[in-house]
Amino acid sequence: MSEPEKDHGGEGDPNRRDFIYIAAGAAAVGAVGAVVVPLVAQMNPAADTLAMASTEFDLSKVSEGMQVVIKWRGKPLFIRYRTPKEIAAAQEVKLSDLKDPQADSDRVTAGKEQYLILVGSCTHLGCVPTFGEGQFGGWFCPCHGSHYDTSGRIRVGPAPTNLEVPTYEYLTDTRVKIG
Amino acid sequence: MSAFMTKSLKKVLGAVAVAAALAGASGAYAAGGAEHPKHVDFTFKGPFGTFDQGQLQRGYKVYKEVCANCHSATLMSFRNLGQKGGPFYDPKYKNPNDNPVVKAIAAEFEVPDIDTDTGEDITRPATPSDNFPEKYPNTYAAAAGNGGAIPPDLSVITKARHGGAEYIYSLLTGYVTPPKGLNVAPGQYYNPYMAGSLATQWDGDPHHVPVGGVLAMAPPLNQGAVTYDDGTPETVDNYAKDVSAFLQWAGDPHTTLRKKTGVAVLIYLFLFGGLTYAAYRQLWHGKH
Amino acid sequence: MSEHPSTYDPKTGVEKWLDKRLPIVRLAYDSFVDYPTPRNLNYWWTFGGILSVCLVIQIVTGIILAMHYVPHIDHAFASVERIMRDVNYGWLIRYVHANGASMFFFAVFIHMFRGLYYGSYKAPREVLWILGCIIFFLMIATAFMGYVLPWGQMSFHGAVVITNLIGSIPVIGGPILTWLQGGFAVDQPTLNRFFSLHYLLPFVIAGVVILHIWALHVTGQNNPAGVEIKSKEDTVPFTPYATVKDGLGIIIFLFLFAIFVFFLPNSLGHADNYIPANPLVTPAHIVPEWYLLPFYAILRAVPDKFLGVVAMFAAIAVLFILPWLDTSKVKSMRYRPVMRWFFVIFVVVCLALGWCGAQLPDTPVIPGLPSFNLIDGAFNSYLWLTRFLTLYYFAFFLVIMPWIGLKEEPLPVPASISEAILAEHAKKKG
Repeated sequence: MSEPEKDHGGEGDPNRRDFIYIAAGAAAVGAVGAVVVPLVAQMNPAADTLAMASTEFDLSKVSEGMQVVIKWRGKPLFIRYRTPKEIAAAQEVKLSDLKDPQADSDRVTAGKEQYLILVGSCTHLGCVPTFGEGQFGGWFCPCHGSHYDTSGRIRVGPAPTNLEVPTYEYLTDTRVKIG
Repeated sequence: MSAFMTKSLKKVLGAVAVAAALAGASGAYAAGGAEHPKHVDFTFKGPFGTFDQGQLQRGYKVYKEVCANCHSATLMSFRNLGQKGGPFYDPKYKNPNDNPVVKAIAAEFEVPDIDTDTGEDITRPATPSDNFPEKYPNTYAAAAGNGGAIPPDLSVITKARHGGAEYIYSLLTGYVTPPKGLNVAPGQYYNPYMAGSLATQWDGDPHHVPVGGVLAMAPPLNQGAVTYDDGTPETVDNYAKDVSAFLQWAGDPHTTLRKKTGVAVLIYLFLFGGLTYAAYRQLWHGKH
Repeated sequence: MSEHPSTYDPKTGVEKWLDKRLPIVRLAYDSFVDYPTPRNLNYWWTFGGILSVCLVIQIVTGIILAMHYVPHIDHAFASVERIMRDVNYGWLIRYVHANGASMFFFAVFIHMFRGLYYGSYKAPREVLWILGCIIFFLMIATAFMGYVLPWGQMSFHGAVVITNLIGSIPVIGGPILTWLQGGFAVDQPTLNRFFSLHYLLPFVIAGVVILHIWALHVTGQNNPAGVEIKSKEDTVPFTPYATVKDGLGIIIFLFLFAIFVFFLPNSLGHADNYIPANPLVTPAHIVPEWYLLPFYAILRAVPDKFLGVVAMFAAIAVLFILPWLDTSKVKSMRYRPVMRWFFVIFVVVCLALGWCGAQLPDTPVIPGLPSFNLIDGAFNSYLWLTRFLTLYYFAFFLVIMPWIGLKEEPLPVPASISEAILAEHAKKKG
C-alpha cells in the first residue's frame, strides 16, 4: 500500500484527476439512492395487505330499507338497499343545488338503483357518518355536522365532496366484488 | 531479522484470518449421528441457480396429494403460488390474486370462517389471499392422529434442517430395513438420514451403533402414486426431488430475486471500489 | 488533538450567524475535515469507520423491522416470516439485519485485536479503551436479546440458558432471575421486555460511541509506530485522506457483507431457529451465535456453575483493566519482538475457544486416543482443551502482559511518524 508510485502516464493530468473524483462521488450518490429505495418502499402495503384489498359481498343479505356495514380496507363500507321513496328523492334533486354536482345515476349501477354502495368515511376528516339523521334523509356526520342525502351526496356542512363510491362490479345478480 | 519477523507475522495473521472466516462460514456444529445428505444437482443451487417452474408445479402436486395429508404449511398463502418465481406464475396475471389457476387451486381447500349472519363457525372454499389451512385444530389433535408425533409444518422446513432440500430428498428416499439388532417400535421407521441417537435401541456392539434415527412417518412416497401430466417418470426419486425443490422455494420464495439483486450489488460495489481505489491512489500519491 | 487550533473559517453570513450561536459546523469541520490524522495508518485502522457504518445499518434496518415485527409469543415467528415473504423488500432488510450482527462482531473483533496489537489502550488512551469495552459489552447484550426476538427454538432455549446464568448467583440469584424473566420461565413478559431493551440499547451504544469518538479526538489517534504526533509532517487532514481510505475499507467490507446477505443468508445462523419455539423440547445441540462461542466455551470450562459465570464475565472484565496490566514502555508490538508472538498465540487461542464452544464438551479432541478422567471430564476431550485455552486467555492478560513488559528488550522505536515512514521506504528499496 505504502510504496511511493512513479508517475503513470496521465495521472498528473488535472482533467483525468477530476474525472476520477467526480466518478467516485457519483457512484457514492448512486449507492445511497439505491439503498434509500427499499428503506422507503417497505412502508407501502405489504403483499398480504394488498391481497385483502378486494372483497366479495352477497347483496341478498340486505333487505329493503336496511344498511349493512362491512369492513373493507380497514374502513366501513355502507351497503344500502334504498326504498323507492329514497331513490325518488335522490333523483329529484337539481344538480345546481349540489355542492359537488353528480347525478344519482352516476352513483349506482343502472337497473340496480336500489343498491347504494359507499365508503363510510366522511370526506371532511374521515369520521363515520350515521344514517337516519340530518336534514336530507341520508347520512349525518357527528364530528363536524356534514349532511349527506339519500345518494350520499354532500348537501350542508364542511365536507368538500360526496361520499366516495368504491369501484365494484356485479359478479352475479346478487354478488358484488368491491375493489 | 525484524523484517523477517514482520513478514512471517503477517503470514500467520493472514492464515489466522482465513481460518476464522472458514470456521465462521462453515458453522462448526456437529450434525449428530446421521448420514450426510445425498448430493442432488438441483437447478436452484449456486449463485446463478433458478427454480425449474415445471419441477415446482410437480412438487406442489406431490405436496398436495401426499405431504398435505398430515403436514400443514400455514405460512404459505395460495397467492404465493402465482407470484413471480412461483410454480403457477403467469406473466398475464401480475396480480397473483387474479390468476385463474391459483383461484382454482385455492378453491380446492376449505378454510374456516364465520358466518356474518349467524355468527356460527363455517368453512368456505379458500381464495388466493388465504393461507394454507391448518391440518389439525391444535397440537393435541395432531399428535393424537399421528401416533404421538406432531407432523412439523413444512413452510420453512428447508431452512429449519441442516442440508435443506438435499436433506428432505435424502430422508424421503433413504428408508431402509433396520440393521439386525436395532429394536424399532411399532409405528416407528428407521432412517439413516434422520438425526437421532439409537444407543438405547441397539442390542449389537455398543461401539458400532448405527447412524440415523427413527421417525413416526412411514415411507410416504410410492411409485405411481402421484400422476404427472408432463410426462416426467412417476418414480419415488422424481417425487422426492420435485417436492424438495418445491419446499425449498416455499421456504424462501424470494430466492431468485435475492440472488439477482446480489449479483447487481456485487458488480456495483466492485466498480465503486475500483473508482474509490483510483481516487485513493491519486490522492495519497507521495503522501505515504 | 486538544491543542489543535480550530481552522474553521465561516464564509457566508448564515455560517457566521450560526457559528456565534451553535458552533456545530465548526465541531464537524474540526472533527472530520481538518482533523490531523497520522500519515502512517494502515488498513486495520479503517475498522473504526466500518463499525460506524455497521451501527447505522443495524439501527436503520432495526427500526424498519420493528415497524413490522410483533413481540408476542404466538405471532413473533410468523411476523418475522411475514417480513420475509410479504413486506416490500422485507427479505432484504431482515437478512441485512441478521447478518449485520455477525458483520458487526467480525469488525469489532478485528478492531479490538488491532488496539491490542498496537497498544492503543496505553496512556493517554485508557478512557478511550474502556469506553470501547463498554460498547462491546452493550453489543453482546443487544445481540443476545435480538436473537431471542424471532422466537425460534434457539431463541427460546438460548434465552432460557443465559437468563439462568443469573440464577446461579448465590442467595439473590433466584429472585433476580424471576424479576428478569417476569415470570417463572422465559415467556411472553420476557419476550416483550427483550424487544423493548433491544430497541433501546443501540441508542445507548450510539451515545457511548459519541463519547468514544470524543475521547479519540482529545488524545489523537494511535498509529502503527506507536509514537505520538510530533509535527505537521506526521499528519494529513482527515478529509479527504482518511475519508477516502476509510471509504475504500468500507466498500471492501460491504462486498463481504453482500456475499453473506445475498448468497449465504442463513449460513451464520442455526437451522433450529427456523423451528418455532417449543418450551417442551430443547434442541439436541444448543449453541449461541458464533461471536459468543469463545465466552460460552469459558463458561463451560469451569466445573462449578457459579464460578463458570464469574469466569465468563471476567473474560470481558479483564479487558477493562488492561491499560494497567501492560507494563511495557513501548506501545506498538511492531517493536516488541517477544510480546507479538504471545499476541499471535492469543489470537489463535481466541479462535480455538470459539471452535471449542461449538463442540460437545465430551467429544474427544483426538478420536481413538486412550483417555482418563480428571475433574469431571475425560482428559482427551474438548472440555480439557477448553480449560487449557481458558488458562492461556487469562494468563495472557494477568501474567504474560505484566511480566514480558518488564523483561522484554524492545527494538529501537522511531523518533517520529515521519521517520518511521522514511525507514519503511528505505527498507522497501533495499
